[in-house]
Amino acid sequence: MSPIFGKLTFAAIPVHEPIALITSIVVILALAAIGIWITANKWWPYLWHEYITSTDHKRIGIMYIVLGLVMFLRGFADAIMMRAHQYFAVGQDQGFLAPEHYNQIFSAHGTIMIFFVAMPLVIGFMNFVVPLQLGVRDVAFPTLNNVSFWLNASGALLVNVSLFIGEFARTGWLAFPPLSETAFSPGVGVDYYLVALQISGVGTVLTGVNFVTTILKIRAPGMSYLRMPVFCWTALASNLLIIAAFPVLTVTLALLMLDRYLGFHFFTNDGGGNSMLYMNLIWVWGHPEVYILVLPAFGIYSEVAATFSGKPLFGYRSMVFATMVICIVSFMVWLHHFFTMGAGADVNAIFGIASMIIGIPTGVKIYNWLFTMYGGRVRFNVPIYYLIGFMLLFVGGGLTGVLLAIPPVDFVVHNSLFLVAHFHHVIIPGVVFAIFAGYHYWFPKAFGFTLDERLGKIVFWCWFVGFNLAFMPSYLLGFWGGTRRMQHISDPSWKPWLGVELIGAFFIAAAPLQFRGPPRRPRRGSLLAPQAEGDRARGTHPGARLPAHRNAGEYPDRRDRRLLQFALRVRHHLVHLVARHPRPGRRLRSVRVVRVARRA
Amino acid sequence: MSTVSEAPAVGLTHQGSEDTGLGHRGPESKSIVVPYGFWLFVLSDMVIFSALFATYASLVHATDGGPTTNELFDRNLVAIETIALLLSSFVCGLAMITAKRANMLWTQGWLLLTGLLGAVFLGIELYEFAKMIGEGAGPQRSAFLSSFFTLVGCHGAHVTAGLLWLGTMMAQIWAKGFQPHIMRRLLCYSVFWHALDIIWVAIFTIVYLIGTLP
Repeated sequence: MSPIFGKLTFAAIPVHEPIALITSIVVILALAAIGIWITANKWWPYLWHEYITSTDHKRIGIMYIVLGLVMFLRGFADAIMMRAHQYFAVGQDQGFLAPEHYNQIFSAHGTIMIFFVAMPLVIGFMNFVVPLQLGVRDVAFPTLNNVSFWLNASGALLVNVSLFIGEFARTGWLAFPPLSETAFSPGVGVDYYLVALQISGVGTVLTGVNFVTTILKIRAPGMSYLRMPVFCWTALASNLLIIAAFPVLTVTLALLMLDRYLGFHFFTNDGGGNSMLYMNLIWVWGHPEVYILVLPAFGIYSEVAATFSGKPLFGYRSMVFATMVICIVSFMVWLHHFFTMGAGADVNAIFGIASMIIGIPTGVKIYNWLFTMYGGRVRFNVPIYYLIGFMLLFVGGGLTGVLLAIPPVDFVVHNSLFLVAHFHHVIIPGVVFAIFAGYHYWFPKAFGFTLDERLGKIVFWCWFVGFNLAFMPSYLLGFWGGTRRMQHISDPSWKPWLGVELIGAFFIAAAPLQFRGPPRRPRRGSLLAPQAEGDRARGTHPGARLPAHRNAGEYPDRRDRRLLQFALRVRHHLVHLVARHPRPGRRLRSVRVVRVARRA
Repeated sequence: MSTVSEAPAVGLTHQGSEDTGLGHRGPESKSIVVPYGFWLFVLSDMVIFSALFATYASLVHATDGGPTTNELFDRNLVAIETIALLLSSFVCGLAMITAKRANMLWTQGWLLLTGLLGAVFLGIELYEFAKMIGEGAGPQRSAFLSSFFTLVGCHGAHVTAGLLWLGTMMAQIWAKGFQPHIMRRLLCYSVFWHALDIIWVAIFTIVYLIGTLP
């Protein structure tokens, strides 16, 4: 081995794998084109000062969301390759991906979607929204915030470098040992995985510290805990979970690194190592991680439900209470990921019951959103579509989760496609739909114009239909004995179902439509609509009401009256956010009937 | 800016106000926010150690036919080690008191003693590690020894980082005096140093005392 380059030789470049090679070339060309474009427009100084080195929470939030969306494309490319391959790898057919390549793709899909799509998007929303909602200039440690972002981005970059140089892990998204030990995975794939996740994990812990400090110590005067918007509460719960859970991930991955690089025996087959210890440790992080993602998503839904129903949120206190209960109980259910380990009936029963108990506060939340809409003047903008779609689907996903929480049932469907269907069934409506709802909801706050409603609704229907087609058949396949992560499917009778799932994936492929920029000429009644009209009257430009750098000018002294005015000014921004969403003419008819009936 | 008069207020006194510290009267001052954030960071560090303790507890009997806890640990040596670290923490507290009184000579003296006691601790730990590895009881020997070296070594790495930090703190106090931001850093340092003590007490109990029970 070379002392400088280690295992790195020219053999690490995938010249014999056409898919990886072509992808690499296309990505490199695209990056070069973007670089030339920015240079030609002389945007580098702007990007450098206003974004890359910015410590403003809004800019950092936008960078997180851009990172998440770019990585979403990568993760989705992996997904559609898997679905296409499965369709063409039934019976006699062998598909177009070799087993070792397919294994890399499902590992990369899971790793990227959780760590570099869902996490940056959720943290991006927390960054953008929380200081504005608390009425303060910025987070507690703005520079640290920028460092956190770049640690995350570096991890994401490292995962993508594995596409061009070397390989990615073939060990699934959590790299279970002993498979991930050097004896069975001598390549650089697991090393990429470990280093990338360690770097981004440190960034996430620092984010957690930053936001808990911000929410508990830095709020506008008068912003007592029970006056905080629910999104702030969910952000608090999520960041408390980050502080408590992510260090465990750091330890787990560090122990695997010690095994791989220094010959320790934590999870090896020999030397007294215990690979089930890894399962326990990784899921002590892994289960809270689910709630780190979904609690802020619930917060977004709470904001959306109240805003577009024209009513205050129903049951604010119960919402806060449910959030904090989920925050605590989420630490007591990790063993339900491996009921089949053999911990015994008593232990399994306790964790099964704890898992079902989480359904109770979650149910409280669903009812709160329903009752917020009930009797309200519901405006059918894009975010409320996602909210309704979420409630319809999430209840179903939650119910299959309760099924999986019953240990005897879990023994039957453990690691099956049923499980794959379940977690996509909760995470896509639960987290992804919320991200799109929040994206539409807060976009005008960030850029000064609303997104196209018609296009947004088309995209919603693509997601809604596409999700159902892509994952509902997996429940059936799972019951018929389909295990997850199969590179080849021997039963030809499954082919039609796999075809349906592939069609569903194509429906979802329409999603990037949503992220196109504003049209050249703003049309009345869609983009820029209410604000442009209002601002024309006042003679200001459309971006005039955007929160400035640090949200206001001078930061007044504590207990200064001016601070109160400052807080009111920030609230003014939030209130006017609602006005910027165009009002479609239609109303929820049945709700109007109810209102008329009540008035009578 | 009069640095000396502000120094005693640094810490948990809320600048002598009637403020509850819950933050609903507006953003807290930096002297509250920075140590609070650092506390949270230290808590996340504690979670790291709790995971390592759990690992140790579940692997302590996985000796793979190799040496066990009773054969390896020397209570007397560890007792000296522990006394050195606890004394170091106490002296660090004295340094904080003198720093609040802006007494340069005593502060530097106590901080130096803190560092020396920490170095004694670290020296004994390294001696113990070297002795064990020399006897063929290195971390590669068994899962038990892997977890032992990782848990105790992680604490040792923290002490090493603390000693380096201590050196920079002494230099900063020497060069810049007892300014509020230096005092804030000193407070964070003392939080870190005391936290390492708490973790060591747990290591002493769980690893060494229980490990040397007859």
